[in-house]
Amino acid sequence: MLRDNTSKVVLIGGILIILFGAVAPNWIVNQLMFGFSRALAILGLLVLWRTGLVSFGHAFYFGLGAYTVAILDIQLGVTDVFVRLLGGACLAGLAGFLVGFIMRNYRDIFFAMLNTAISMVLYGIIVKTESLGSTDGFAISLPTIFGVAPETKYPLFVVITTVAIVSALLINFYLKTTIGRLTTPIRDNEIRVEYLGFSVAHAIHLKYTMSAILAGGAGALMAMSLGQVDPDSMINWTVSGELVFITILSGPGNVIAPFIGSLVFEVLRTYAFELAPHLWQLIVGGTFLTIIFFLPGGIWSLISKLGRSTS
Amino acid sequence: METFLTILLDGLQFSSYLFIVSAGLTIIFGVMKILNVCHGSFYAWGAYTSAFFIGKFSEMGLPDGLGFVVIVASAIIVGLVLGFLIEQLILKHMYHRDEVLIVLATFGLFLVLEDVILIAFGTDPYFAYQPMALLDSVEMGGIVRDVYGLTLIGVAALVAAGCWFLLNKTKWGTILKAVIFDREMGISMGINVPFVYTLTFIGGAILGGLGGAYIAPTISVAPGLGTEVIVLSFAVVVVGGMGSIMGAAIGSVIIGLLRALAVHELPQVELFVVFAVMAVVLVFRPEGLFAPAKPRKI
Amino acid sequence: MTESKPILEVRDLLKTFGAVVAAKDINVDVRKGEIVGIIGANGAGKTCFVNMVTGYLKPTSGSIAFDGVQLVGKGPREVTHAGISRSFQVSQVFHTMTVAENLMIALAIAKNRGFAALREMDSPDLLTRRDDVLTRYHLDSYKDMTVNVLSQGVRKLLDIAMAVVSEPRILLLDEPTSGISVEEKFGFMDVVIEALREDEVTVLFVEHDMEIVERYVSRVLAFYQGEIIADMSPKKALADAKVQEFVIGTRH
Ligand SMILES: Nc1ncnc2c1ncn2[C@@H]1O[C@H](COP(=O)(O)OP(=O)(O)OP(=O)(O)O)[C@@H](O)[C@H]1O
Ligand SMILES: [Mg+2]
Repeated sequence: MLRDNTSKVVLIGGILIILFGAVAPNWIVNQLMFGFSRALAILGLLVLWRTGLVSFGHAFYFGLGAYTVAILDIQLGVTDVFVRLLGGACLAGLAGFLVGFIMRNYRDIFFAMLNTAISMVLYGIIVKTESLGSTDGFAISLPTIFGVAPETKYPLFVVITTVAIVSALLINFYLKTTIGRLTTPIRDNEIRVEYLGFSVAHAIHLKYTMSAILAGGAGALMAMSLGQVDPDSMINWTVSGELVFITILSGPGNVIAPFIGSLVFEVLRTYAFELAPHLWQLIVGGTFLTIIFFLPGGIWSLISKLGRSTS
Repeated sequence: METFLTILLDGLQFSSYLFIVSAGLTIIFGVMKILNVCHGSFYAWGAYTSAFFIGKFSEMGLPDGLGFVVIVASAIIVGLVLGFLIEQLILKHMYHRDEVLIVLATFGLFLVLEDVILIAFGTDPYFAYQPMALLDSVEMGGIVRDVYGLTLIGVAALVAAGCWFLLNKTKWGTILKAVIFDREMGISMGINVPFVYTLTFIGGAILGGLGGAYIAPTISVAPGLGTEVIVLSFAVVVVGGMGSIMGAAIGSVIIGLLRALAVHELPQVELFVVFAVMAVVLVFRPEGLFAPAKPRKI
Repeated sequence: MTESKPILEVRDLLKTFGAVVAAKDINVDVRKGEIVGIIGANGAGKTCFVNMVTGYLKPTSGSIAFDGVQLVGKGPREVTHAGISRSFQVSQVFHTMTVAENLMIALAIAKNRGFAALREMDSPDLLTRRDDVLTRYHLDSYKDMTVNVLSQGVRKLLDIAMAVVSEPRILLLDEPTSGISVEEKFGFMDVVIEALREDEVTVLFVEHDMEIVERYVSRVLAFYQGEIIADMSPKKALADAKVQEFVIGTRH
């Protein structure tokens, strides 16, 4: 059996990327920030995806995280990056915990659509509420870190990458615990899991809450990297669709996959908009079909194949 | 009173077109257990095809009445061609895979077809008002309505009656109901399930196309119209219960009337109301209002 | 059979689905260490009985006491925790996972209760136990194969092995030999019963094959239309007129 080197790779790779960011041009640092922020949400969706659950509404938590940062900034003048991040993640986590009581009873398309419905209710409310920025949203000030207002975006990049490393390590560990292993078994046969003596509802509730915390954190970090929030880029169902797309693109094989998948997505989008602006949906849709048909393990399956043939 | 009548008629018209589209969606789901996101594409392609040819024929000086033929023909052609191709090339190879994965595949297809529409028809909107102009308008209860819009309600009623007849009065209906209840049982009864699937998908696609083709004269046919309808018809089948024609009818009326009410009385909640109803129904009736029975498990 | 108090006491069990009566007037006492056969034609209510005892179905009325603890109202999970396990007529296993992974999950859930579920699953102790079960159930050679590709027989073995890792005091097997060829049946049951006898598990098993019943059980419950029409030794049962007519007669 192969030894699992994931945590080492995450740690060393993460540190190298932080160092690389110090010398990389601005646009690369920006792409990395967007990619890693979004990857946090994918990490949570990966856990659900392994369990056979696809949420077409996680923009709800992503948006909650992002808007919490906006409200903290504008209403309360909170600038500290950690307070904003924790605020966003905790609020989304709390919402996920509460919604989880309902959601843990749903599967398949019903799970997907109830999530969509809830996220679209929030979208509908924000779009029509002037005090929540309506369709325009809010601009957000650059966060301070330990009380210092940074000159560049690099310190924020370091924070985001560190959060990404820690989250990847935590989820990697979680997936090795007994409760964390209860993904494929639940997807394959819930009746058996119950008869073995574990509550499927509790297991799903925990996974769902975790995914909400991660999506909330992702939204908060994304809001700070972008410097603004608006409903269409934070809560609309297209955002949820993007998150699902990146999850499939990444593949469920490893906690590193979401980071690679998110970066590929960022690059794909940047170039697609430059080269063929009218073909974006075609590219996304085509990639979707290609992956589902020819690469069910996503990009990660390519990488792990490569790793196996070289070792 | 007049507002009330307006809301009622707007709502019913809206419900009618929702029902035509959703009936196709719910039949496909009932028989094949596929939540077909690219149903929105059938609708959009139906709308574009009919708008395009109605415009062309009118330019060529052909009689406007031909528009109705175009509408029906567009629906059938779109359903046959797109439905057949998608079922044979993509879906047929996926029946053994997870339900959710099939949904994602149809979502991918939907995105592809959205852009193919742009390539085929361009970004400028189409107006195919001729059939509507032909039928003129009437005054009723103090308000003026387009006759064309009112015929929509009749078409929906026809579709409903047709589905009911097919399911309950023909041999085909018996076969469909057997497959809907239990696929394995259908196979063991000697039913050619793959063939039933192909026909069902084409049939559903034609209904999707018909919704688009018939509504085309009343709207500006522009990019993105597939997205709105797929979201709304999802709400309809979820509320009604997936796989039930009766459910699709009730769901359409509920969603249609509520939306018309919101548009006229409380525009702030227009978008919100559809999803709120969907969420509430899912929470309290997870299977929808009229979900068909399921076989037992262990 | 020296113990006085039964380990399982079923009283006046009734289960209806609308107009269908799936179980009626079921009264059974089972003592520790007994191996009981449950027979009956298709639709007689055997699975329904197993489902009620293991908490999958809630009886319409009646009581089921396990070592004095009332089971009615408990779900499968609580019944498992109480010490009753089951296997299934159609094996319920994790079909995209390997045999070893299936067993490992079963073991981990059984052994890592509560906060222990937050510890890493693959401990050396559990791995040893897993290999032990694999050997006892003759599953070694299938260890790394995905369930999808395995025959019905192997799945059934795995299904039963997964049920016993929680070390239940009562085990209900729903048609353990269905889907297994006639030649293999006895070898299969030898493996299972031997493993269970070692652990002194009380066993109730549903079976259509009378030869199997005769060979392994000490007592037979014959079901007919939801009722128990005979509760006696297998020899007597096979000679019983009612059993012959309603159970054996209807089968070829
Ligand atoms: N969930 C249910 N809903 C409706 N009817 C049910 C349900 N479960 C069982 N029944 C009915 O109860 C009766 C007993 O069924 P059961 O499955 O217990 O039979 P069985 O003895 O196990 O038969 P077999 O040998 O075929 O497994 C049957 O008439 C069946 O249709
Ligand atoms: Mg049975």
